[in-house]
Amino acid sequence: MMEPGTLLMLTALGAIVGLDFVSFPQAMLSRPLVAATLAGAVCGNTAAGLLAGVLLECFALETMPFGASRYPEWGPASVAAGAVAAVPGADLDTTARMLPFAVLAALAGSMIGGQTLVWLRQFNLSVAARYRDELAAGDASAVRSVQWTGLVIDFGRAGAVTAIFVLALVPAREALLGGLNAVSGPLSLAVAGVLAVGVGGSAVWKVVRSVKGYRWYLAAGLAAGSAAAVLL
Amino acid sequence: MTAAPTLPVGTWLRVFVRLFAVQGSYNYETMIGNGIAFAAEPAFRLLPGGRDGAAYHAAMARHSRYFNAHPYLAALAVGALVRAELDGEAVERVERFRTACCGPLGAAGDRLVWAGWLPFCSALALLAYGLGASAAGVLVTFVGTYNVAHVALRAWGLRAGYREGLKVAVALGSPVLRTGPLHVARALAVVAGAALPLVLLRVRAAHPMSIGVELGLAALLAMALARWQARTDGWRVGVVLLLLFFIYSVVR
Repeated sequence: MMEPGTLLMLTALGAIVGLDFVSFPQAMLSRPLVAATLAGAVCGNTAAGLLAGVLLECFALETMPFGASRYPEWGPASVAAGAVAAVPGADLDTTARMLPFAVLAALAGSMIGGQTLVWLRQFNLSVAARYRDELAAGDASAVRSVQWTGLVIDFGRAGAVTAIFVLALVPAREALLGGLNAVSGPLSLAVAGVLAVGVGGSAVWKVVRSVKGYRWYLAAGLAAGSAAAVLL
Repeated sequence: MTAAPTLPVGTWLRVFVRLFAVQGSYNYETMIGNGIAFAAEPAFRLLPGGRDGAAYHAAMARHSRYFNAHPYLAALAVGALVRAELDGEAVERVERFRTACCGPLGAAGDRLVWAGWLPFCSALALLAYGLGASAAGVLVTFVGTYNVAHVALRAWGLRAGYREGLKVAVALGSPVLRTGPLHVARALAVVAGAALPLVLLRVRAAHPMSIGVELGLAALLAMALARWQARTDGWRVGVVLLLLFFIYSVVR
């Protein structure tokens, strides 16, 4: 069972990173790399949170928040993934076996989080509609009310989504811990790593393919990375 | 054009800080319109008559209507609109400007930030991870690098918008916006090319025996997803494959 203090801290973290995603201040604290690592630190296993964050960041490379399009919301889901990956007192093998579940849960959670953003925008619209006359008259207090309501509701939304994810996923992790013994830690890491790097690679390709000579730039990077791998 | 009237430092700071919350009431009708009025409001207090003046209320009403742009480059619009209002530009010109600048500010920001700087900073942080950086090192690399440019872009946008007023198209021709995305995309290709294999290597550090096979599989997956990119998103394929593995690992 998770201690209430830990749950509270994770909820607060989820609220902050969720607010950061769209409303304030868009400093990219909501990216999986940040959110999952901090969640791991809150749960006492920063390394596990970082590992989950790195894998999720590769997936997240493909989903950028363009305009009003629907996109996954990574922050609260990544906080939950970091908490799930950070099994208390676990060795590397147990963490590794838990990673595919943590990543999968975060990917599914990010879609649910994205849907709650759609509801938030609809709610914001209803608030703005309530103040329609005042806004048309240039009432500054109406502008402030609409803005602050949106910010506060987004903060609460993200915190609630995070708490629900954590409360659902951490007990699921406890139930799964014994049942995943059949698959080794190395195999779990290999599958999660290959999928994440493969998806991340294709995402980068989509971004850079319009650049003249992009193959050469990618090749130069690969050569540098390979050299570093041999030397380090 | 006459020189821009000097704004008090406190007003600048209030507008600048509020710009970070420009999407705070994002909705499907006015988009970030309310956020634009919210951000510009401290400067509108300088209009004739102050907060009780007709000019102030008219400006607030105008700018809380529909507006859409990339959130960072909205600073450019806010700067230009504040200047236009303080200069007493004709309402028709201000309205035309609001309509005309949405598309360019959205497209330029998307190219430079969402499709350029953000993935570049992600790749840079992944490279730091692959090279063995600590959790703190990875986070500082990502958050620090990203936000240096993020904050600078908002500050530049507000200053340039205010300086140029409704002639802010000049600022849109800035080298940062014109050729920046190209340079960032090149850098992204190099950094990501180096980072992704190193990430897999570090993830598998405790069991490096089959790393060659895994790198090959990841490269094949990336190529396949790139080929199918018109039909599906890569991450959705990842979800399905991961789900299959998870089911296998539970029922085995």
